Amino acid sequence: MTTAPPRAETSYAPAPDPDDPPVRKLYRSADGRLLGGVARGLAGHLGLPVSWVRIVFVALFMADGMGALLYAAFWFFVPLGVGGVDHRQPAPADGRRLRLRHRPDKGQVFALIALLIGASIVASRFQLGQADGYLWPVLLIGAGVALVWRQADNSRRAQWLELGRRNGLLTMLRGAAGVLLVGVGVTGIVVLQGSVRHLGSVLQAALAVVVGIALLAGPYLVRMAQDLSEERLMRIRAQERAEVAAHVHDSVLHTLTLIQRSADDPREVARLARAQERELRAWLYKPEGRGKEEDEEPATLAEAVRKSAAEVEDDHGVPIEVVVVGDCPLDEPLGAQMQAAREAMVNAAKYGGEGGAVQVFAEVEGRSVFVSVRDRGPGFDLDAVPADRMGVRESIIGRMERHGGTARLRSAPEGGTVVELEMERAATEHGI
Amino acid sequence: MSSDGAQQDGTGGGTAEGRTVRVVLVDDHRMFRTGVQAEIGETGRTGVEVVGEAADVDQALTVITATRPEVVLLDVHLPGGGGVEVLRRSAAMMTDTERPVRFLALSVSDAAEDVIGVIRGGARGYVTKTITGTDLVNAVFRVADGDAVFSPRLAGFVLDAFASTDAPPIDEDLDRLTQREREVLRLIARGYAYKEIAKQLFISVKTVESHVSAVLRKLQLSNRHELTRWAAARRLV
Repeated sequence: MTTAPPRAETSYAPAPDPDDPPVRKLYRSADGRLLGGVARGLAGHLGLPVSWVRIVFVALFMADGMGALLYAAFWFFVPLGVGGVDHRQPAPADGRRLRLRHRPDKGQVFALIALLIGASIVASRFQLGQADGYLWPVLLIGAGVALVWRQADNSRRAQWLELGRRNGLLTMLRGAAGVLLVGVGVTGIVVLQGSVRHLGSVLQAALAVVVGIALLAGPYLVRMAQDLSEERLMRIRAQERAEVAAHVHDSVLHTLTLIQRSADDPREVARLARAQERELRAWLYKPEGRGKEEDEEPATLAEAVRKSAAEVEDDHGVPIEVVVVGDCPLDEPLGAQMQAAREAMVNAAKYGGEGGAVQVFAEVEGRSVFVSVRDRGPGFDLDAVPADRMGVRESIIGRMERHGGTARLRSAPEGGTVVELEMERAATEHGI
Repeated sequence: MSSDGAQQDGTGGGTAEGRTVRVVLVDDHRMFRTGVQAEIGETGRTGVEVVGEAADVDQALTVITATRPEVVLLDVHLPGGGGVEVLRRSAAMMTDTERPVRFLALSVSDAAEDVIGVIRGGARGYVTKTITGTDLVNAVFRVADGDAVFSPRLAGFVLDAFASTDAPPIDEDLDRLTQREREVLRLIARGYAYKEIAKQLFISVKTVESHVSAVLRKLQLSNRHELTRWAAARRLV
């Protein structure tokens, strides 16, 4: 243990994100936005407080509605991104906190209402004369368009956070509401312009045009969508590859360098290699998002056993082979058993490590959990251990008995020592 | 780590009788083949004669057909379909003495799907590449004699597979492991050598081996259903 162990953390550094350009680019902010995220995005880009930007927009709005036009233009052209003013927020990879934070949408609703009221007040101040009648239809259309665009942003964001499926109905409803508003607005204008009598034929003609466009453009659109999704797939693949490369680079090459440097210390080399192997396996075979937080408390027996074994292995440089059969959540007696097992592993690594790997076997069978730790060292006689040495008596046997389990120490058939720990699981699930 | 080796010391040795076992090495890493060759290929010392090498599935089939070895050391991950494909396409292969060609999987992976895959494909054992030369020689002899070689991890997988279905339908009772077989597997999983298991259970090593072979047989034959469920539960398929 002369050199520092290769830190696990380095290996999990996020892959370089191709979407994260080195040049600062203007994005609309996806988090903490009221309407389209324009103000927040701008504020982030310019390094100003959000409220200032918002006030400027409102002020411009008062001046002949310039602000609204400007805002709409930004909304239309600037892509939705992550960033904006607050980098306290975690990166999009960690969507959970964002999701929690975002759920109460009151701010946005309020902003929309305020916008509508403001717009109507401003509009009514202008002496539009004849055009007055068009005011409400135009406002309706504007609101509908805003809603639909807002929805498009939302679904895009949902893609990142993968919460799209959860409120699919709401998405549809919002989209439909937007379309309806636009439809009503357009109809209103048509009605104002002509007369109600012509409404039927106008609608028919519109319908015919829409169907015609759909027929003409349909195949093209479908192909474009397919191309797009294919391209997206390729991009995902490339990203995945980049991540693998990054991982291999960070962690494996790092370890190989360390191994080269300590080539004349076989113990250290073996330790490094095993730590790397374990980590790589965890990374390759564990389900998504697992096994990354090394310092997280294990919740199940299998995790706990593996974690203890890995730690003891790292501390003592003795390989520990773990076989776990079945799994169950950790409860208090099992926690004690795990501590006893860890103590046994430490003993085995310290005193029996010369004989080869330490073997740890854990099995969940019905309500009882069995753990055995065996080494192939010289073995020892418990009665010969001085009475003041409490390691085995207290940490293993005593601890197990206090929690209602049993511990047995004996020598293995061909030399070495076996520690067998047996414990009943707590009976909480049966309501006792 | 000397993981799989530990329990294979002991009884397998045909070396004492001066017998040689003809072996074919199938692995796509030339370095590894060279290493294995150097470790076990000295026929005079180990009793293992490496009669052929192959780097992919097609080569393997050609070499096996041409040389008819007693044991094939088979890598799980191979270009051209993997070890399972070799097993599938050479299932009925016989040696010159009319004994089936035996396969011993030798892989760097001890992921459950690899292990169970080749065992179900018909391999007679599974060891990982960290095994020591001596242990590998013993494993080769054991497999040549028709016995099975289990690593503790493999035993763990099998126990897991059979334990996860505690209430089987009655007609599948026949296929389930007996109490004794379970006991043997459990001891293997705990890292005991066959000889140690024999001592512990007061039975002969031969009996231990026949229990292990029985487990392999049950694993290959039926229980498809359980294994599928087991694999699905672990998101392997």
